[in-house]
Amino acid sequence: MMEFTLWDIIRNLLLAGRWTVLLSLIAFVSGGLVAMVVTLARISHNRGASTAARAYISILQGTPLLVQLFLAFFGLALLGFNVPPLAAASLALTLYTSAFLAEIWRGAIEAVPKGQWEGAQSLALTRAQQMRFIILPQALRVGIAPTAGFSVQVVKGTALASIIGFVELTKAGTVIVNATFDAFRIYGLVALFYFALCYPLSLAAKALEQKMAAGQGH
Amino acid sequence: MNLALSDLTDNGGLFLRGAALTIGLTMAAIVAGLVLGVLGAAGRRAQSRPVRWVAGAYVELIRNTPFIIQLFFIFFGLPRLGLRLGSMEAAFIAMSINLGGYATEIIRAGLDSIGKGSWEAGFSLGLTRWQTFRLVVLVPALQKVYPALTSQFIIILLGSSVVSQIAVEELTYVGSYIQSRNFRAFETTLVVAALYLLLAVGFQQMFAAVGRRVFAYAERQR
Repeated sequence: MMEFTLWDIIRNLLLAGRWTVLLSLIAFVSGGLVAMVVTLARISHNRGASTAARAYISILQGTPLLVQLFLAFFGLALLGFNVPPLAAASLALTLYTSAFLAEIWRGAIEAVPKGQWEGAQSLALTRAQQMRFIILPQALRVGIAPTAGFSVQVVKGTALASIIGFVELTKAGTVIVNATFDAFRIYGLVALFYFALCYPLSLAAKALEQKMAAGQGH
Repeated sequence: MNLALSDLTDNGGLFLRGAALTIGLTMAAIVAGLVLGVLGAAGRRAQSRPVRWVAGAYVELIRNTPFIIQLFFIFFGLPRLGLRLGSMEAAFIAMSINLGGYATEIIRAGLDSIGKGSWEAGFSLGLTRWQTFRLVVLVPALQKVYPALTSQFIIILLGSSVVSQIAVEELTYVGSYIQSRNFRAFETTLVVAALYLLLAVGFQQMFAAVGRRVFAYAERQR
């Protein structure tokens, strides 16, 4: 058994926490990019595209993130790569994030009244122009708060990357527990670290929600 | 890739047992989580400030930390306090507490949507605050947020895969066990994913049917 001072533990968790932050950023940014494509496909008038997008979203929302991580990990390995856990985790979390964001954004776009589309159409704007100049600016107001709220789910989701061997906050906590047998204190600390990451995001989401709701009145 | 699902059909019984445990754990956690959620929501609207604060802290702690850390804290951490749990008990408790936190917030939103008039109607009949809550306000509030609650139930169904990490032999655990013997990791996990998808769809149908039954009185009133 090794001796760890409290400072040793905190320092190691902080170092590992950087990987939690990095993986969250990768998942959120690349997930957002994929989600744009999926959202457009989902609301497209092309039946094939919208059915495919709907299936994509249902499958990713209807299976556990942990199983998706395993599939990414084993799937990449089948293709003959020696898979770094960060790559598999990034892939799985990107797909997972994209499905949820696409569903949030679809809701935001559908919340814009039909009259806005019709008004834009009557100005002879193309569908892309209607989207760009009329619909998106309004949908953005509706979608921004739940998007910020979902970022909390992404950060928490990265904890599962520990299971495929990626050393982030949770895995670092487990490694230290295995050396010190002090699960109570260390998982408590790890929980505090996650709380420190997630709570500000939750507060921001709530503030955005109230601000946008207040803006609806006029 | 060498997809050989025939190996998997041999393991049908194992998959079924895993799925049955996933279903059982989820149902038990839903019942306990709903009770916690109702109590939590009542706590968030209580007149006593400490009670409101405790309920609020519970919600924020649960919603801002990962489920796997909650599970590990309960299973590996609590023995320090003399509370030694089996993996099944720990999984059930972690799932219930997790769902309870989210359900508190959802049910609170439902309570907020019930007008003052309902409360006043209860009081004017001589009911106490708790009686009015339980007999007059609660069911319409639950009905309003039932869709949000059922999505949360699906999330806990899928989240239950994480309890495989403390060796609860549910669906995900069974998948890991089978692939450790047949060395077909990807194919086995695909089957596991498909089974979860089936379970999720089945649960959705079931909740919709339950909702129609439980809230049938409201349909009749329309």
